[in-house]
Amino acid sequence: MTDLLAARAQMAMSLAFHIIFAVVGIAMPLLMVIAEGMWIKTREEVYLTLAKQWAKGTAIMFAVGAVSGTVLSFELGLLWPEFMAYAGPIIGMPFSLEGLAFFLEAIFLGLYLYGWERIPKYAHWFAGMMVLLGGTLSGIFVVTANAWMNTPTGFSIVNGEVTNVDPIAAMLNPSSFSQALHMTIAAFLAVGFAVAGIHAYLLRRDPDNLFHRRAFAIALSVGAVFAILQPISGDISAKRVAKYQPIKLAAMEAQWETERGAPLRIGGIPDEDAEETRYALEIPKALSFLAHFDFNAEIMGLKEVPREDRPPVIIVHFAFQIMVACGIVLIIAGLLGGWLAWKHKNLPTQSWYLRFITLCTPLGFIAIEAGWTVTEVGRQPWVIYNIMRTSEAVTPMPNLVIPFVSFTVLYIFLSIIVFVLLRRHIFQSPRLYDTV
Amino acid sequence: MLTLELCVAGVMLISLVIYVLTGGADFGGGIWDLFATGPRTKAQRTLIIQAIAPIWEANHVWLIVIVVLLFVAFPVAFAAISTALHIPLTLMLIGIVLRGSAFVFRTYDVQSDTTHRRWSRVFAIASVITPVMLGITLGAVASGTIHVDVKTRVVDTDFISAWFAPFPFAIGFFTLTLCALLAAVYLTLETDDPELQEDFRRRALISAVSVGAMAGLSFILSAEGAPTIRRGLGNAPWSIPFHILTGAVALWAIWTIWSRQFRLARLLVPIQVTLIVFGWGLAQYPYLVTPDLTFSNTAAPDTVLRPVLIVLSIGIVLLVPAFWYLYAVFKGTPRKTEAAAGRIDASRKD
Repeated sequence: MTDLLAARAQMAMSLAFHIIFAVVGIAMPLLMVIAEGMWIKTREEVYLTLAKQWAKGTAIMFAVGAVSGTVLSFELGLLWPEFMAYAGPIIGMPFSLEGLAFFLEAIFLGLYLYGWERIPKYAHWFAGMMVLLGGTLSGIFVVTANAWMNTPTGFSIVNGEVTNVDPIAAMLNPSSFSQALHMTIAAFLAVGFAVAGIHAYLLRRDPDNLFHRRAFAIALSVGAVFAILQPISGDISAKRVAKYQPIKLAAMEAQWETERGAPLRIGGIPDEDAEETRYALEIPKALSFLAHFDFNAEIMGLKEVPREDRPPVIIVHFAFQIMVACGIVLIIAGLLGGWLAWKHKNLPTQSWYLRFITLCTPLGFIAIEAGWTVTEVGRQPWVIYNIMRTSEAVTPMPNLVIPFVSFTVLYIFLSIIVFVLLRRHIFQSPRLYDTV
Repeated sequence: MLTLELCVAGVMLISLVIYVLTGGADFGGGIWDLFATGPRTKAQRTLIIQAIAPIWEANHVWLIVIVVLLFVAFPVAFAAISTALHIPLTLMLIGIVLRGSAFVFRTYDVQSDTTHRRWSRVFAIASVITPVMLGITLGAVASGTIHVDVKTRVVDTDFISAWFAPFPFAIGFFTLTLCALLAAVYLTLETDDPELQEDFRRRALISAVSVGAMAGLSFILSAEGAPTIRRGLGNAPWSIPFHILTGAVALWAIWTIWSRQFRLARLLVPIQVTLIVFGWGLAQYPYLVTPDLTFSNTAAPDTVLRPVLIVLSIGIVLLVPAFWYLYAVFKGTPRKTEAAAGRIDASRKD
């Protein structure tokens, strides 16, 4: 394993690990705030119990998210010092704002988790809202910094030196809005369905338990609403990528030739040596339409750039397909749930539907991991698109395989513990029944 | 002249002070978990957890603030530090991860004594490793062994010799004693049980003496290990009055701990620690990473620093009241504790 590959593997592994916890930290407060708000409104004990139970599970995820996020902020320098020396000031604005937002989140989290008995109930609910706000904003700012790596703006290069840095322009780069929107919706969508899935599973074993019925109702509503919103943001993202990173789009679609009226490929196996994609189901002209709103628009193919400037097509193409497939299943799940609820004027607890939602539990998270694979691997071989190669950014430190293996072992260990603890926490859910 | 980069550097130094006073004390809690002894071992550990639980996540963010400001405002220094000190920083990160995770696992795992002890042990050991590594990093930055070509940003390092030396290690253990002292002093006011209070009073005294010893050792080692700092600490016009002030506060703090004036001790010990950190900052000025990188030759352009300072100002307006409220809710003086402390004071005076 070369040092560059080890550094990339460590970064990828750290991000893949952190993002699960970060997303839970962003979206769970919404569920908790809804449950607590319902309690304040209806005074039904079950909602308070629910908010507290969710808060306990979330506390574990928060803690691991906070420490793994700290690791990442250091890893930027430990693994990519050249990138940071170059880009640090330019993307300083979103990172500074992220620090601020995360700070608010951490402060109000302490008040939320430990303040049930200590602060007035509206103050407590407000603390929950601040956790939600802080978490969501910090996610948005981090994604904004990443967006800059895809579409770097806000500076000029004179004789190889960075000058005229405009941090605000860098923050408001062309990908910021689309990426931040897509990721934020994804967070609520993934967590909504994951929580709905868990409670769907428990509802099948214990159908009358009010605790799970209320939990399922809240989580499924959140998941469904965001699932229905997501295709809009996906469309905005795709058009941005088509305009600003045509080679990434070509890799996502395994498009080798530049052509007008390019087809949308479903499945298919890209062959990087032969420079062609086999066995794909092609929908004629659909890619041109989706990317540019014009059936005959020109789509750039991978052959436009030399091989050393192309991302690994197989990974990007497959990851993109996985993301879209998961997204479609979740949209169907959301629409179906809404239709069942409307038709029967009741919580959709049909056995087959609960089973379906249970199977959907991991899909949102799989979609997020796959989506980030598209974004990050699709940007390769660049760390700053068309400006700095990943290989130029890496640290001169030798033996990087050692920290890579250490952090991998550490994170696998933590994942197992978190899984066991959450599982136990979930199976110890309260049993609350209607006394009527 | 007060330049923009010095304003940012000032905020970083203040953040570091607050991190040591808050997050450092959380590490100290872990240290006293590791060294919990005597008939009240379990009570000591419970007290530590209760004291830390609501605030540690927020305390920890100060470190992130420092890192972010470092790479935004002084990118070349950030790159140089993270290249030359890759190993201690990685060990520190592993410590941070294990500590935070073990702490929350202990809170939420089954409440049996064996699982508790297991997580306790991980939490405690990580709480010792992390501040030592942080101190080693700061010591290495001060030692003048990280050579950087400012123009090409090339760091001349073998990745080991800059930090694997007596002076950085002395600073590492100095940091550890400071954390232990802060935690012990804070903990005296977290309980209304006079016996527990006595446990932490003894620990505070031991730590205070250790802090003095490590300060002395670090000073001696700085002659060889950090000549620039030594010049700053020894010869600058401000240095002698500053040392006298720090020393006086330290002795006064020890006296207050000894005489059980814990509320006064909780005021004086943080002042002492603040003076120590500021003294280091002054001694190192104008170097960020001795001997090649100064604040001015590594600073990002003003177009970057100005908006950062604006964000920081907004941040202060939002965060200070929030942070204060957090502490007011969880650290508001427990009346009973005050009464208990007063009782002991009174009985001693008799």
